[in-house]
Amino acid sequence: MNPRYAARRRRNRIAMGLSLAATLFGLGWLVMILGALLWEGFNGLSVAVFTEMTPPPGSAGGLLNPIIGSLILTILAVLIGTPIGILAGTYMAEYGRYDRLTSVVRFINDILLSAPSIVVGLFVYETMVAPMGHFSGLAGSVALAVIVIPVVVRTTEDMLLLVPNPLREAAAALGLTRAVVIQRVCYRAARAGMLTGVLLAVARISGETAPLLFTALNNQFWSLNLNAPMASLPVVIFQFALSPYADWQKLAWTGALIITFTVLALSIVARSTQASSKQS
Amino acid sequence: MRLGDIGFRILTRAAAITVLVILGAVILSLISGSLPAWRAFGLNFLIEERWNPVTERFGALAPIYGTLVTSFIATLIAVPVGLLIAMFLTELCPMWLRRPIGIAIELLAGIPSIIYGIWGLFVLAPFLQQTLQPFLIAVFGEVPLLSSLFAGPPYGIGMLTAGLILAVMVLPFITSISRDVFEAVPPVLKEAAYGIGCTTWEVVGHVVLPYARVGVIGGVMLGLGRALGETMAVTFVIGNAHRISASIIAPGTTISATIANEFTEAVGDLYTSALIALGLILFSITFIVLAAARYMLLRIERRIG
Repeated sequence: MNPRYAARRRRNRIAMGLSLAATLFGLGWLVMILGALLWEGFNGLSVAVFTEMTPPPGSAGGLLNPIIGSLILTILAVLIGTPIGILAGTYMAEYGRYDRLTSVVRFINDILLSAPSIVVGLFVYETMVAPMGHFSGLAGSVALAVIVIPVVVRTTEDMLLLVPNPLREAAAALGLTRAVVIQRVCYRAARAGMLTGVLLAVARISGETAPLLFTALNNQFWSLNLNAPMASLPVVIFQFALSPYADWQKLAWTGALIITFTVLALSIVARSTQASSKQS
Repeated sequence: MRLGDIGFRILTRAAAITVLVILGAVILSLISGSLPAWRAFGLNFLIEERWNPVTERFGALAPIYGTLVTSFIATLIAVPVGLLIAMFLTELCPMWLRRPIGIAIELLAGIPSIIYGIWGLFVLAPFLQQTLQPFLIAVFGEVPLLSSLFAGPPYGIGMLTAGLILAVMVLPFITSISRDVFEAVPPVLKEAAYGIGCTTWEVVGHVVLPYARVGVIGGVMLGLGRALGETMAVTFVIGNAHRISASIIAPGTTISATIANEFTEAVGDLYTSALIALGLILFSITFIVLAAARYMLLRIERRIG
Protein backbone atom coordinates (compact mmCIF):
# COMPACT_ATOMS: atom_id res chain seq x y z
CA MET A 1 0.00 0.00 0.00
CA ASN A 2 1.59 3.29 -0.95
CA PRO A 3 1.99 5.80 1.90
CA ARG A 4 -0.24 8.43 0.32
CA TYR A 5 -3.14 6.02 0.14
CA ALA A 6 -2.48 4.87 3.70
CA ALA A 7 -2.61 8.49 4.88
CA ARG A 8 -5.91 9.06 3.11
CA ARG A 9 -7.37 5.96 4.66
CA ARG A 10 -6.12 7.00 8.06
CA ARG A 11 -7.66 10.45 7.69
CA ASN A 12 -10.93 8.85 6.65
CA ARG A 13 -10.92 6.55 9.63
CA ILE A 14 -10.30 9.46 12.01
CA ALA A 15 -13.15 11.46 10.45
CA MET A 16 -15.54 8.51 10.73
CA GLY A 17 -14.48 7.99 14.33
CA LEU A 18 -15.17 11.66 15.03
CA SER A 19 -18.61 11.48 13.45
CA LEU A 20 -19.47 8.48 15.61
CA ALA A 21 -18.16 10.33 18.66
CA ALA A 22 -20.24 13.41 17.78
CA THR A 23 -23.37 11.27 17.54
CA LEU A 24 -22.67 9.64 20.89
CA PHE A 25 -22.00 13.13 22.32
CA GLY A 26 -25.40 14.33 21.08
CA LEU A 27 -27.22 11.28 22.38
CA GLY A 28 -25.25 11.52 25.63
CA TRP A 29 -26.83 14.87 26.46
CA LEU A 30 -30.32 13.46 25.97
CA VAL A 31 -29.55 10.52 28.24
CA MET A 32 -27.90 12.71 30.89
CA ILE A 33 -30.75 15.23 30.97
CA LEU A 34 -33.51 12.61 31.11
CA GLY A 35 -31.47 10.61 33.63
CA ALA A 36 -31.03 13.60 35.93
CA LEU A 37 -34.75 14.38 35.69
CA LEU A 38 -35.71 10.84 36.66
CA TRP A 39 -33.07 10.71 39.39
CA GLU A 40 -33.98 14.02 41.01
CA GLY A 41 -37.68 14.20 40.23
CA PHE A 42 -38.99 10.68 40.40
CA ASN A 43 -38.87 10.13 44.16
CA GLY A 44 -40.70 13.42 44.64
CA LEU A 45 -43.58 12.11 42.56
CA SER A 46 -46.57 11.34 44.79
CA VAL A 47 -50.30 11.79 44.94
CA ALA A 48 -49.79 14.98 46.95
CA VAL A 49 -48.08 16.61 43.98
CA PHE A 50 -51.34 16.42 42.04
CA THR A 51 -53.75 17.20 44.90
CA GLU A 52 -52.11 19.93 46.98
CA MET A 53 -51.32 23.58 46.41
CA THR A 54 -47.84 25.06 46.16
CA PRO A 55 -46.55 25.35 49.72
CA PRO A 56 -44.88 28.23 51.53
CA PRO A 57 -41.18 27.51 52.05
CA GLY A 58 -40.47 24.87 54.66
CA SER A 59 -43.66 22.86 54.43
CA ALA A 60 -44.98 20.07 52.28
CA GLY A 61 -47.23 20.67 49.32
CA GLY A 62 -47.89 19.93 45.70
CA LEU A 63 -48.25 21.47 42.31
CA LEU A 64 -52.02 21.35 41.81
CA ASN A 65 -52.61 25.05 41.11
CA PRO A 66 -49.76 25.43 38.59
CA ILE A 67 -50.76 22.20 36.82
CA ILE A 68 -54.36 23.38 36.46
CA GLY A 69 -53.13 26.87 35.54
CA SER A 70 -50.89 25.47 32.81
CA LEU A 71 -53.76 23.36 31.47
CA ILE A 72 -56.10 26.37 31.32
CA LEU A 73 -53.50 28.65 29.73
CA THR A 74 -52.55 26.02 27.15
CA ILE A 75 -56.12 25.10 26.20
CA LEU A 76 -57.13 28.75 25.89
CA ALA A 77 -54.05 29.56 23.81
CA VAL A 78 -54.84 26.68 21.46
CA LEU A 79 -58.47 27.78 21.21
CA ILE A 80 -57.38 31.30 20.26
CA GLY A 81 -54.46 30.41 18.04
CA THR A 82 -55.60 27.33 16.13
CA PRO A 83 -58.54 28.84 14.17
CA ILE A 84 -56.44 31.82 13.04
CA GLY A 85 -53.58 29.52 12.12
CA ILE A 86 -55.74 27.07 10.18
CA LEU A 87 -57.58 29.82 8.30
CA ALA A 88 -54.33 31.59 7.39
CA GLY A 89 -52.79 28.29 6.26
CA THR A 90 -55.92 27.62 4.21
CA TYR A 91 -55.61 30.93 2.41
CA MET A 92 -51.97 30.28 1.61
CA ALA A 93 -52.51 26.76 0.27
CA GLU A 94 -55.92 27.12 -1.38
CA TYR A 95 -56.92 30.62 -2.43
CA GLY A 96 -53.66 32.43 -2.75
CA ARG A 97 -51.28 29.65 -3.61
CA TYR A 98 -49.42 31.72 -6.17
CA ASP A 99 -49.99 35.28 -5.03
CA ARG A 100 -47.60 37.72 -3.49
CA LEU A 101 -49.38 37.95 -0.14
CA THR A 102 -48.76 34.24 0.41
CA SER A 103 -45.03 34.42 -0.11
CA VAL A 104 -44.77 37.45 2.17
CA VAL A 105 -46.86 35.76 4.87
CA ARG A 106 -44.83 32.57 4.56
CA PHE A 107 -41.58 34.48 5.03
CA ILE A 108 -42.87 36.48 8.01
CA ASN A 109 -44.45 33.37 9.52
CA ASP A 110 -41.16 31.48 9.37
CA ILE A 111 -39.49 34.33 11.22
CA LEU A 112 -42.23 34.41 13.87
CA LEU A 113 -41.73 30.65 14.23
CA SER A 114 -38.26 31.17 15.69
CA ALA A 115 -38.60 34.68 17.10
CA PRO A 116 -37.47 34.96 20.72
CA SER A 117 -40.42 34.12 22.95
CA ILE A 118 -39.43 36.69 25.56
CA VAL A 119 -40.15 39.41 23.00
CA VAL A 120 -43.67 38.01 22.66
CA GLY A 121 -43.99 38.45 26.42
CA LEU A 122 -42.90 42.10 26.15
CA PHE A 123 -45.36 42.65 23.30
CA VAL A 124 -48.33 41.29 25.26
CA TYR A 125 -47.21 43.23 28.33
CA GLU A 126 -47.22 46.45 26.32
CA THR A 127 -50.54 45.82 24.59
CA MET A 128 -52.58 44.05 27.31
CA VAL A 129 -51.04 44.10 30.77
CA ALA A 130 -50.02 47.76 30.86
CA PRO A 131 -53.36 49.14 29.56
CA MET A 132 -55.36 46.81 31.85
CA GLY A 133 -53.16 47.72 34.77
CA HIS A 134 -52.64 44.17 36.08
CA PHE A 135 -51.24 40.79 35.14
CA SER A 136 -53.77 38.21 34.02
CA GLY A 137 -54.17 34.63 32.89
CA LEU A 138 -55.86 35.93 29.76
CA ALA A 139 -52.76 37.92 28.79
CA GLY A 140 -50.71 34.76 29.37
CA SER A 141 -52.82 32.73 27.00
CA VAL A 142 -52.76 35.46 24.35
CA ALA A 143 -48.94 35.42 24.57
CA LEU A 144 -48.95 31.64 24.12
CA ALA A 145 -51.46 31.95 21.26
CA VAL A 146 -49.01 34.22 19.42
CA ILE A 147 -46.55 31.31 19.60
CA VAL A 148 -49.18 28.75 18.52
CA ILE A 149 -50.21 30.60 15.35
CA PRO A 150 -46.99 30.26 13.29
CA VAL A 151 -46.69 26.54 14.09
CA VAL A 152 -50.25 25.83 12.98
CA VAL A 153 -49.99 28.07 9.89
CA ARG A 154 -46.90 26.21 8.77
CA THR A 155 -48.25 22.68 9.18
CA THR A 156 -51.70 23.53 7.79
CA GLU A 157 -50.19 25.01 4.65
CA ASP A 158 -47.78 22.10 4.19
CA MET A 159 -50.49 19.49 4.69
CA LEU A 160 -53.03 21.16 2.40
CA LEU A 161 -50.38 21.42 -0.32
CA LEU A 162 -50.01 17.62 -0.11
CA VAL A 163 -53.70 17.07 -0.94
CA PRO A 164 -53.76 15.91 -4.57
CA ASN A 165 -55.45 18.28 -7.00
CA PRO A 166 -57.70 15.64 -8.65
CA LEU A 167 -59.59 15.45 -5.33
CA ARG A 168 -60.39 19.16 -5.58
CA GLU A 169 -61.26 18.89 -9.24
CA ALA A 170 -63.57 15.93 -8.67
CA ALA A 171 -65.37 17.78 -5.87
CA ALA A 172 -65.66 20.95 -7.96
CA ALA A 173 -67.04 18.90 -10.84
CA LEU A 174 -69.92 17.88 -8.58
CA GLY A 175 -70.84 21.56 -8.41
CA LEU A 176 -69.54 22.23 -4.91
CA THR A 177 -68.35 25.72 -4.18
CA ARG A 178 -64.74 26.38 -3.32
CA ALA A 179 -65.44 26.82 0.40
CA VAL A 180 -67.30 23.49 0.61
CA VAL A 181 -64.55 21.72 -1.30
CA ILE A 182 -61.99 23.03 1.16
CA GLN A 183 -64.03 22.30 4.27
CA ARG A 184 -65.43 18.90 3.31
CA VAL A 185 -62.72 17.46 1.08
CA CYS A 186 -59.35 19.11 1.67
CA TYR A 187 -59.62 19.41 5.46
CA ARG A 188 -60.69 15.80 5.68
CA ALA A 189 -57.79 14.61 3.55
CA ALA A 190 -55.28 16.66 5.53
CA ARG A 191 -56.83 16.02 8.95
CA ALA A 192 -54.05 13.89 10.46
CA GLY A 193 -51.34 16.30 9.44
CA MET A 194 -53.21 19.32 10.72
CA LEU A 195 -53.78 17.58 14.03
CA THR A 196 -50.03 16.96 14.18
CA GLY A 197 -49.49 20.69 13.84
CA VAL A 198 -51.77 21.43 16.77
CA LEU A 199 -50.07 18.76 18.90
CA LEU A 200 -46.65 20.20 18.06
CA ALA A 201 -47.93 23.64 19.03
CA VAL A 202 -49.19 22.28 22.37
CA ALA A 203 -45.82 20.61 22.96
CA ARG A 204 -44.08 23.86 22.16
CA ILE A 205 -46.11 26.09 24.48
CA SER A 206 -46.51 23.75 27.42
CA GLY A 207 -42.90 24.32 28.37
CA GLU A 208 -42.74 28.01 27.49
CA THR A 209 -41.75 30.17 30.42
CA ALA A 210 -40.42 33.45 29.09
CA PRO A 211 -43.69 34.81 27.63
CA LEU A 212 -45.56 34.03 30.86
CA LEU A 213 -43.18 35.78 33.25
CA PHE A 214 -44.74 39.19 32.82
CA THR A 215 -48.15 38.32 31.44
CA ALA A 216 -49.72 35.58 33.58
CA LEU A 217 -47.10 36.14 36.31
CA ASN A 218 -47.69 33.59 39.06
CA ASN A 219 -50.15 32.86 41.81
CA GLN A 220 -49.47 31.09 45.09
CA PHE A 221 -53.13 30.24 45.52
CA TRP A 222 -55.94 28.39 43.82
CA SER A 223 -57.41 30.68 41.19
CA LEU A 224 -59.44 30.06 38.07
CA ASN A 225 -59.98 33.76 37.46
CA LEU A 226 -58.67 34.59 34.00
CA ASN A 227 -58.60 38.26 34.90
CA ALA A 228 -56.11 37.69 37.71
CA PRO A 229 -52.52 36.41 37.80
CA MET A 230 -52.41 32.67 37.21
CA ALA A 231 -49.88 30.06 38.26
CA SER A 232 -48.25 27.92 35.61
CA LEU A 233 -45.91 24.97 35.89
CA PRO A 234 -42.90 26.49 34.05
CA VAL A 235 -42.99 29.75 36.02
CA VAL A 236 -43.32 27.87 39.32
CA ILE A 237 -40.33 25.70 38.34
CA PHE A 238 -38.35 28.85 37.56
CA GLN A 239 -39.20 30.43 40.88
CA PHE A 240 -38.75 27.31 43.00
CA ALA A 241 -35.53 26.15 41.36
CA LEU A 242 -33.82 29.49 42.01
CA SER A 243 -35.03 29.61 45.61
CA PRO A 244 -32.72 28.61 48.47
CA TYR A 245 -35.25 26.15 49.98
CA ALA A 246 -34.58 22.44 49.54
CA ASP A 247 -38.24 21.37 49.43
CA TRP A 248 -39.05 24.02 46.81
CA GLN A 249 -36.13 22.83 44.69
CA LYS A 250 -37.37 19.26 45.00
CA LEU A 251 -40.83 20.29 43.81
CA ALA A 252 -39.18 22.13 40.91
CA TRP A 253 -37.45 18.92 39.81
CA THR A 254 -40.71 16.99 40.06
CA GLY A 255 -42.47 19.66 38.01
CA ALA A 256 -39.65 19.54 35.47
CA LEU A 257 -40.07 15.77 35.20
CA ILE A 258 -43.83 16.11 34.62
CA ILE A 259 -43.40 18.80 31.94
CA THR A 260 -40.61 17.06 30.07
CA PHE A 261 -42.35 13.74 29.80
CA THR A 262 -45.64 15.38 28.82
CA VAL A 263 -43.88 17.35 26.09
CA LEU A 264 -41.86 14.37 24.83
CA ALA A 265 -44.97 12.16 24.81
CA LEU A 266 -46.85 14.82 22.84
CA SER A 267 -44.11 15.17 20.26
CA ILE A 268 -43.79 11.41 19.86
CA VAL A 269 -47.58 11.08 19.39
CA ALA A 270 -47.46 13.97 16.90
CA ARG A 271 -44.66 12.27 15.00
CA SER A 272 -46.43 8.93 14.85
CA THR A 273 -49.69 10.42 13.57
CA GLN A 274 -47.63 12.14 10.91
CA ALA A 275 -45.87 8.91 10.00
CA SER A 276 -49.10 6.92 9.79
CA SER A 277 -50.78 9.56 7.64
CA LYS A 278 -47.84 9.41 5.24
CA GLN A 279 -48.16 5.65 4.85
CA SER A 280 -51.88 5.57 4.18
CA MET B 1 -74.34 29.64 -0.91
CA ARG B 2 -72.36 32.06 -3.03
CA LEU B 3 -72.22 34.53 -0.16
CA GLY B 4 -70.80 31.89 2.17
CA ASP B 5 -68.16 31.09 -0.39
CA ILE B 6 -66.97 34.68 -0.62
CA GLY B 7 -67.24 35.04 3.13
CA PHE B 8 -64.94 32.07 3.74
CA ARG B 9 -62.43 33.41 1.27
CA ILE B 10 -62.38 36.80 2.99
CA LEU B 11 -62.11 35.11 6.38
CA THR B 12 -59.04 33.11 5.37
CA ARG B 13 -57.45 36.15 3.77
CA ALA B 14 -58.04 38.14 6.94
CA ALA B 15 -56.36 35.39 8.97
CA ALA B 16 -53.34 35.42 6.65
CA ILE B 17 -53.10 39.18 7.03
CA THR B 18 -53.35 38.75 10.81
CA VAL B 19 -49.96 37.06 10.73
CA LEU B 20 -48.48 40.20 9.18
CA VAL B 21 -50.38 42.39 11.63
CA ILE B 22 -48.92 40.45 14.57
CA LEU B 23 -45.39 41.09 13.38
CA GLY B 24 -46.17 44.76 12.78
CA ALA B 25 -47.79 45.09 16.19
CA VAL B 26 -44.79 43.45 17.91
CA ILE B 27 -42.41 45.90 16.26
CA LEU B 28 -44.63 48.93 16.91
CA SER B 29 -45.24 48.07 20.56
CA LEU B 30 -41.52 47.56 21.16
CA ILE B 31 -40.71 50.88 19.52
CA SER B 32 -43.37 52.82 21.40
CA GLY B 33 -42.47 51.13 24.70
CA SER B 34 -38.80 51.91 24.31
CA LEU B 35 -39.22 55.56 23.25
CA PRO B 36 -38.53 57.03 26.74
CA ALA B 37 -35.21 55.16 26.88
CA TRP B 38 -34.15 56.33 23.42
CA ARG B 39 -35.14 59.89 24.30
CA ALA B 40 -33.13 59.77 27.51
CA PHE B 41 -29.98 58.09 26.21
CA GLY B 42 -30.09 58.33 22.43
CA LEU B 43 -27.86 55.99 20.49
CA ASN B 44 -25.39 56.09 23.37
CA PHE B 45 -27.63 53.40 24.84
CA LEU B 46 -26.02 50.94 22.45
CA ILE B 47 -22.43 51.64 23.49
CA GLU B 48 -22.85 52.45 27.17
CA GLU B 49 -21.63 49.72 29.52
CA ARG B 50 -23.08 50.98 32.81
CA TRP B 51 -26.42 49.54 33.94
CA ASN B 52 -27.45 51.19 37.16
CA PRO B 53 -31.12 51.10 38.18
CA VAL B 54 -30.46 53.28 41.24
CA THR B 55 -29.11 56.26 39.33
CA GLU B 56 -31.25 55.34 36.30
CA ARG B 57 -28.25 55.19 33.99
CA PHE B 58 -28.75 52.40 31.49
CA GLY B 59 -26.60 51.08 28.67
CA ALA B 60 -27.05 47.95 26.57
CA LEU B 61 -23.45 47.09 25.78
CA ALA B 62 -22.92 44.39 28.43
CA PRO B 63 -26.07 42.40 27.55
CA ILE B 64 -25.40 42.76 23.81
CA TYR B 65 -21.83 41.58 24.34
CA GLY B 66 -23.01 38.61 26.44
CA THR B 67 -25.64 37.64 23.86
CA LEU B 68 -23.13 37.68 21.02
CA VAL B 69 -20.40 35.84 22.95
CA THR B 70 -22.64 33.05 24.26
CA SER B 71 -24.20 32.54 20.82
CA PHE B 72 -20.75 32.53 19.24
CA ILE B 73 -19.52 29.85 21.66
CA ALA B 74 -22.68 27.85 20.98
CA THR B 75 -22.23 28.05 17.21
CA LEU B 76 -18.54 27.20 17.48
CA ILE B 77 -19.39 23.95 19.28
CA ALA B 78 -22.67 23.03 17.61
CA VAL B 79 -21.66 23.49 13.95
CA PRO B 80 -18.86 20.90 13.75
CA VAL B 81 -20.74 18.47 15.99
CA GLY B 82 -23.97 18.93 14.04
CA LEU B 83 -22.24 18.45 10.69
CA LEU B 84 -20.45 15.34 11.94
CA ILE B 85 -23.73 13.87 13.19
CA ALA B 86 -25.38 14.69 9.85
CA MET B 87 -22.48 12.94 8.10
CA PHE B 88 -22.85 9.94 10.39
CA LEU B 89 -26.59 9.76 9.70
CA THR B 90 -26.30 10.03 5.92
CA GLU B 91 -23.11 8.10 5.15
CA LEU B 92 -22.14 5.80 7.98
CA CYS B 93 -25.15 4.73 9.99
CA PRO B 94 -26.86 1.44 9.12
CA MET B 95 -30.30 2.04 7.59
CA TRP B 96 -32.36 0.64 10.46
CA LEU B 97 -30.65 2.90 13.00
CA ARG B 98 -31.05 6.15 11.05
CA ARG B 99 -34.62 6.90 12.05
CA PRO B 100 -34.28 6.17 15.78
CA ILE B 101 -31.05 8.18 16.11
CA GLY B 102 -32.50 11.03 14.05
CA ILE B 103 -35.59 11.14 16.27
CA ALA B 104 -33.50 10.97 19.46
CA ILE B 105 -31.41 13.97 18.35
CA GLU B 106 -34.57 15.85 17.43
CA LEU B 107 -36.04 15.12 20.86
CA LEU B 108 -33.32 17.41 22.22
CA ALA B 109 -35.18 20.22 20.47
CA GLY B 110 -38.41 19.18 22.19
CA ILE B 111 -37.07 19.53 25.73
CA PRO B 112 -38.33 22.88 27.08
CA SER B 113 -35.66 25.47 27.72
CA ILE B 114 -36.48 25.74 31.40
CA ILE B 115 -35.44 22.10 31.76
CA TYR B 116 -32.06 22.90 30.22
CA GLY B 117 -31.86 25.72 32.74
CA ILE B 118 -32.57 23.70 35.87
CA TRP B 119 -30.30 20.91 34.63
CA GLY B 120 -27.55 23.34 33.73
CA LEU B 121 -27.68 25.00 37.14
CA PHE B 122 -27.80 21.90 39.32
CA VAL B 123 -25.92 19.31 37.25
CA LEU B 124 -23.75 20.86 34.55
CA ALA B 125 -22.45 23.95 36.37
CA PRO B 126 -21.10 22.10 39.44
CA PHE B 127 -19.59 19.51 37.12
CA LEU B 128 -17.82 22.14 35.01
CA GLN B 129 -16.68 23.94 38.13
CA GLN B 130 -14.87 20.84 39.31
CA THR B 131 -13.55 19.48 36.02
CA LEU B 132 -13.42 21.47 32.79
CA GLN B 133 -12.87 24.95 34.19
CA PRO B 134 -9.90 24.15 36.51
CA PHE B 135 -8.45 22.19 33.60
CA LEU B 136 -8.81 25.17 31.22
CA ILE B 137 -7.32 27.53 33.81
CA ALA B 138 -4.40 25.18 34.42
CA VAL B 139 -3.66 24.63 30.73
CA PHE B 140 -4.17 28.14 29.36
CA GLY B 141 -3.39 30.14 32.51
CA GLU B 142 0.26 30.57 31.50
CA VAL B 143 -0.27 31.08 27.77
CA PRO B 144 -0.23 34.75 26.77
CA LEU B 145 -3.44 36.05 25.12
CA LEU B 146 -5.40 32.90 25.97
CA SER B 147 -4.86 33.37 29.69
CA SER B 148 -7.20 36.37 29.80
CA LEU B 149 -9.90 34.25 28.13
CA PHE B 150 -9.80 31.87 31.07
CA ALA B 151 -9.00 34.28 33.88
CA GLY B 152 -10.67 34.24 37.25
CA PRO B 153 -11.92 31.56 39.60
CA PRO B 154 -14.07 28.68 38.31
CA TYR B 155 -17.60 29.71 39.29
CA GLY B 156 -19.31 26.98 37.33
CA ILE B 157 -21.89 29.41 35.99
CA GLY B 158 -20.89 31.97 33.37
CA MET B 159 -20.54 32.60 29.66
CA LEU B 160 -18.93 29.26 28.83
CA THR B 161 -21.61 27.22 30.61
CA ALA B 162 -24.36 29.24 28.93
CA GLY B 163 -22.67 28.78 25.54
CA LEU B 164 -22.36 25.04 26.09
CA ILE B 165 -26.05 24.67 27.01
CA LEU B 166 -27.03 26.80 24.00
CA ALA B 167 -24.87 24.56 21.81
CA VAL B 168 -26.87 21.51 22.88
CA MET B 169 -30.13 23.38 22.33
CA VAL B 170 -29.33 24.42 18.74
CA LEU B 171 -27.60 21.15 17.85
CA PRO B 172 -30.83 19.43 16.70
CA PHE B 173 -31.72 22.33 14.35
CA ILE B 174 -28.31 22.31 12.69
CA THR B 175 -28.24 18.51 12.53
CA SER B 176 -31.67 18.02 11.00
CA ILE B 177 -31.29 20.74 8.37
CA SER B 178 -27.79 19.55 7.44
CA ARG B 179 -29.04 15.99 7.18
CA ASP B 180 -31.89 17.08 4.93
CA VAL B 181 -29.62 19.00 2.56
CA PHE B 182 -27.00 16.21 2.60
CA GLU B 183 -29.71 13.76 1.58
CA ALA B 184 -30.76 16.08 -1.24
CA VAL B 185 -27.37 15.82 -2.92
CA PRO B 186 -27.90 13.85 -6.17
CA PRO B 187 -26.61 10.28 -5.66
CA VAL B 188 -24.92 10.39 -9.09
CA LEU B 189 -22.48 13.01 -7.83
CA LYS B 190 -21.51 10.95 -4.82
CA GLU B 191 -21.30 7.73 -6.82
CA ALA B 192 -19.02 9.40 -9.35
CA ALA B 193 -16.71 10.53 -6.57
CA TYR B 194 -16.68 7.08 -4.98
CA GLY B 195 -16.08 5.67 -8.46
CA ILE B 196 -12.77 7.49 -8.86
CA GLY B 197 -11.68 6.13 -5.50
CA CYS B 198 -12.54 8.84 -2.98
CA THR B 199 -12.89 7.91 0.66
CA THR B 200 -16.15 8.72 2.47
CA TRP B 201 -14.50 11.71 4.13
CA GLU B 202 -13.30 13.03 0.78
CA VAL B 203 -16.74 12.58 -0.75
CA VAL B 204 -18.32 14.54 2.09
CA GLY B 205 -15.63 17.22 2.08
CA HIS B 206 -15.28 17.73 -1.67
CA VAL B 207 -18.71 16.84 -3.07
CA VAL B 208 -21.48 16.87 -0.46
CA LEU B 209 -20.46 19.95 1.53
CA PRO B 210 -19.81 22.26 -1.43
CA TYR B 211 -23.11 21.21 -2.97
CA ALA B 212 -25.05 21.67 0.26
CA ARG B 213 -23.18 24.78 1.39
CA VAL B 214 -26.00 27.31 1.13
CA GLY B 215 -28.42 25.04 2.97
CA VAL B 216 -25.95 24.32 5.73
CA ILE B 217 -25.27 28.03 6.22
CA GLY B 218 -29.03 28.61 6.34
CA GLY B 219 -29.37 25.92 9.00
CA VAL B 220 -26.51 27.37 11.03
CA MET B 221 -28.05 30.83 10.94
CA LEU B 222 -31.41 29.40 11.95
CA GLY B 223 -29.68 27.81 14.94
CA LEU B 224 -27.87 31.08 15.65
CA GLY B 225 -31.21 32.92 15.62
CA ARG B 226 -32.50 30.49 18.23
CA ALA B 227 -29.40 30.85 20.38
CA LEU B 228 -29.55 34.66 20.35
CA GLY B 229 -33.10 34.77 21.66
CA GLU B 230 -32.97 31.83 24.05
CA THR B 231 -34.03 32.95 27.48
CA MET B 232 -34.71 30.57 30.32
CA ALA B 233 -31.77 28.20 29.98
CA VAL B 234 -29.38 31.12 29.84
CA THR B 235 -31.01 32.96 32.72
CA PHE B 236 -30.25 30.04 35.03
CA VAL B 237 -26.55 29.68 34.25
CA ILE B 238 -25.24 33.06 33.04
CA GLY B 239 -24.73 34.57 36.49
CA ASN B 240 -26.48 37.89 35.76
CA ALA B 241 -23.52 40.23 36.11
CA HIS B 242 -23.77 43.49 34.18
CA ARG B 243 -20.18 43.71 33.14
CA ILE B 244 -17.97 42.95 30.21
CA SER B 245 -15.03 40.76 30.96
CA ALA B 246 -12.60 39.13 28.58
CA SER B 247 -12.79 35.86 30.47
CA ILE B 248 -15.37 33.44 29.13
CA ILE B 249 -15.63 31.60 32.45
CA ALA B 250 -16.70 34.79 34.21
CA PRO B 251 -20.39 35.49 34.88
CA GLY B 252 -22.08 37.87 32.46
CA THR B 253 -25.55 38.57 31.20
CA THR B 254 -27.49 38.45 27.95
CA ILE B 255 -30.31 40.59 26.64
CA SER B 256 -32.94 37.94 27.23
CA ALA B 257 -31.65 37.03 30.70
CA THR B 258 -31.64 40.69 31.74
CA ILE B 259 -35.25 41.10 30.65
CA ALA B 260 -36.37 37.87 32.30
CA ASN B 261 -34.65 38.71 35.57
CA GLU B 262 -35.46 42.36 35.97
CA PHE B 263 -38.68 43.14 34.14
CA THR B 264 -41.19 42.33 36.90
CA GLU B 265 -39.02 44.07 39.47
CA ALA B 266 -38.38 47.16 37.38
CA VAL B 267 -39.66 50.28 39.08
CA GLY B 268 -40.05 53.51 37.16
CA ASP B 269 -40.89 54.10 33.53
CA LEU B 270 -37.30 54.63 32.44
CA TYR B 271 -36.16 51.26 33.83
CA THR B 272 -39.06 49.41 32.14
CA SER B 273 -38.47 51.34 28.95
CA ALA B 274 -34.76 50.49 28.93
CA LEU B 275 -35.65 46.80 29.23
CA ILE B 276 -38.12 47.08 26.34
CA ALA B 277 -35.40 48.83 24.33
CA LEU B 278 -33.22 45.77 24.99
CA GLY B 279 -36.10 43.65 23.66
CA LEU B 280 -36.21 45.79 20.51
CA ILE B 281 -32.45 45.33 19.98
CA LEU B 282 -32.78 41.57 20.45
CA PHE B 283 -35.70 41.39 18.06
CA SER B 284 -33.83 43.39 15.42
CA ILE B 285 -30.73 41.18 15.65
CA THR B 286 -32.70 37.92 15.48
CA PHE B 287 -34.92 39.28 12.71
CA ILE B 288 -31.90 39.99 10.50
CA VAL B 289 -30.27 36.63 11.25
CA LEU B 290 -33.49 34.67 10.72
CA ALA B 291 -34.39 36.55 7.55
CA ALA B 292 -30.94 35.77 6.13
CA ALA B 293 -31.34 32.11 7.14
CA ARG B 294 -34.74 31.85 5.46
CA TYR B 295 -33.45 33.52 2.34
CA MET B 296 -30.64 30.98 2.03
CA LEU B 297 -32.91 28.03 2.74
CA LEU B 298 -35.36 29.33 0.12
CA ARG B 299 -32.54 29.40 -2.41
CA ILE B 300 -31.58 25.79 -1.80
CA GLU B 301 -35.23 24.72 -1.79
CA ARG B 302 -35.65 26.23 -5.24
CA ARG B 303 -32.59 24.40 -6.48
CA ILE B 304 -33.78 21.05 -5.11
CA GLY B 305 -37.45 21.49 -5.98
